[in-house]
Amino acid sequence: MKHFLTDLYRSKAGLVGAVLIMVIVLVSLLAPVLDLPDPTRGDLRARLVGPTWTGLFTPGAHPLGTDEVGRDILSRLINGSRITLLVATTAVVLGGIVGTILGILAGYKGGLVDRILMRLVDIQLAVPLMLLALLVVAALGPSLRNVVLVLALTSWIRYARIIRAQVLSLREREFVQSAHAIGASTLRIMFLHILPNVLTPALVVGTLELARVIIMDSALSFLGLGVQPPTPSWGRMLADGRVYISSAWWAVTFPGLAIVLTVLSVNLFGDWLRDYFDPKTRSAK
Amino acid sequence: MTALLDIRNLTVEFDTPGGTVQAVNGLSYRVEEGETLGIVGESGSGKSVHILALLGLLPTPPARIVSGEAWFNGQNLMTLSDRALREIRGGQIGMVFQDPMSSLNPVLTVGRQLREVLQRHTGLRGHALKARMVELLDIVGIPHPEARLSQYPHEFSGGMRQRVLIAIGMACNPRLLIADEATTALDVTVQAQILDLVRKLKADFGTTVIWVTHDMGVVAELADTVQVMYGGRIMERGPVRAVFHDPRSAYTWGLLKSLPTEGARTQKRLYQIPGSPPNMANMPAGDPFAPRNPFATERCHTEVPPLRNVDGSQDHQFAAWYDLPALLAREAADAEASS
Repeated sequence: MKHFLTDLYRSKAGLVGAVLIMVIVLVSLLAPVLDLPDPTRGDLRARLVGPTWTGLFTPGAHPLGTDEVGRDILSRLINGSRITLLVATTAVVLGGIVGTILGILAGYKGGLVDRILMRLVDIQLAVPLMLLALLVVAALGPSLRNVVLVLALTSWIRYARIIRAQVLSLREREFVQSAHAIGASTLRIMFLHILPNVLTPALVVGTLELARVIIMDSALSFLGLGVQPPTPSWGRMLADGRVYISSAWWAVTFPGLAIVLTVLSVNLFGDWLRDYFDPKTRSAK
Repeated sequence: MTALLDIRNLTVEFDTPGGTVQAVNGLSYRVEEGETLGIVGESGSGKSVHILALLGLLPTPPARIVSGEAWFNGQNLMTLSDRALREIRGGQIGMVFQDPMSSLNPVLTVGRQLREVLQRHTGLRGHALKARMVELLDIVGIPHPEARLSQYPHEFSGGMRQRVLIAIGMACNPRLLIADEATTALDVTVQAQILDLVRKLKADFGTTVIWVTHDMGVVAELADTVQVMYGGRIMERGPVRAVFHDPRSAYTWGLLKSLPTEGARTQKRLYQIPGSPPNMANMPAGDPFAPRNPFATERCHTEVPPLRNVDGSQDHQFAAWYDLPALLAREAADAEASS
């Protein structure tokens, strides 16, 4: 753990990513105690008020301005981050668990299991992910749970592919034969000997997927198929504010910035994480 | 003495795109309790394959066990269920593999890997388990065993890793320890240390050992009995002293002659067995070594020689149609006459 922190401190990009993630998570966790205005209550007398520097210090003011029905943008951003982060992490973890297990199964068992699973992946890759997501949400109806399910569904194939490729090479290594030679069962070898070896690639895919899923979640919300209003979500804010881009730039700029910052920080941190867990680059330091 | 392992007529084939490969051809031999058997042969001689077949570690397909029995401790390993075989592997039969660099799982601590085999085959737990792990590392000569248990394989040197592998192989006091090229990847000084260690373990625990190698020197150091294999068959087998001093197969003779001798000051080139190992998918009809054998007779090319005893010996066996000592004597006489 100590090494983890000192190594992180030495990597500027990784440190920036980690700090940003921590700030974002902290702010979204602390939202209920931050004394923010109600994110769903509009004030038609204060529609599209611009951002002010002094707004931060005067109670009742809107530091990042208001949207077209007079709701406080800062409050909506922070409350929206709770939804976005919840949806994205659950989807990525869910897809990661399913994808990793199926990837190990396909790679280690080979044969029919492998062929069926990989054709399934191929078929799903042939359909544009967005179209798939649209279809599922349209069929099941938009709700928090369905959005998570859909995003996990688009995510597992990436894990499965990469993990399977790793397992294909791992299972030929001698330690697998050694494990057989001490009488370990196939199940034991798959999940006690192979799994720890693929956790690093799974983690890396996870950070990349997190960034992708955040964008996809925003896109779904943008299209009106994500979390339903009045619950605030970044994609939805972007969609609503887009109309006023020429007259009230703040309505789209801040949610857009929030998405960019979150995705960027996750990517920076993920990049560093990959280097950290790769024994080759780690031993060079 | 009773036979601990009795292999009868074992034949293993591989289905490859180039045809069926006969990797092991009607192999039969016995290993007595407490014996050290050295199995020597070059790549493709079937030495490793038959060991893997014995333990049910060959992937089938492409491998196919055509026939054979392997009696170990009153059980035929060839007909045992997968579950029963898993009980034996790591328990009564310990295994040490070739490459100490890749035979340990890089992301698990050494202690975790040692613990696994103990938990699998013994009832040890808690303090007794920990004590046994420390004891094992101590037996194989790893300093500070307690601290070493929580380290990862990359923190060990090659020789130390091989010691760990031997500790894993010996963990459950196996009756038979099989080492497949266990010292090949190590440099000579470390190799000598490992051989010393195995000799000491044998003396202390009376374990029966099968040592598979291509190094005649290692066999001379370690083994009681040597078995020379070629093309999936036994070419010669007998007590180390007898085989080394009086080889009856031209292949054994070639292997021995190609060893550098200590103290030889002459700048003579080392002997080299002509040709290359046979194409296993298309084996010669007769003696598999005949095409490379300078002493081969007519009959060698057409008929497989059976394994038979050397005249007047109980345990020295060879498979050849020619009489190697007589041929060598005549060659020496010719050389004398011409000089």
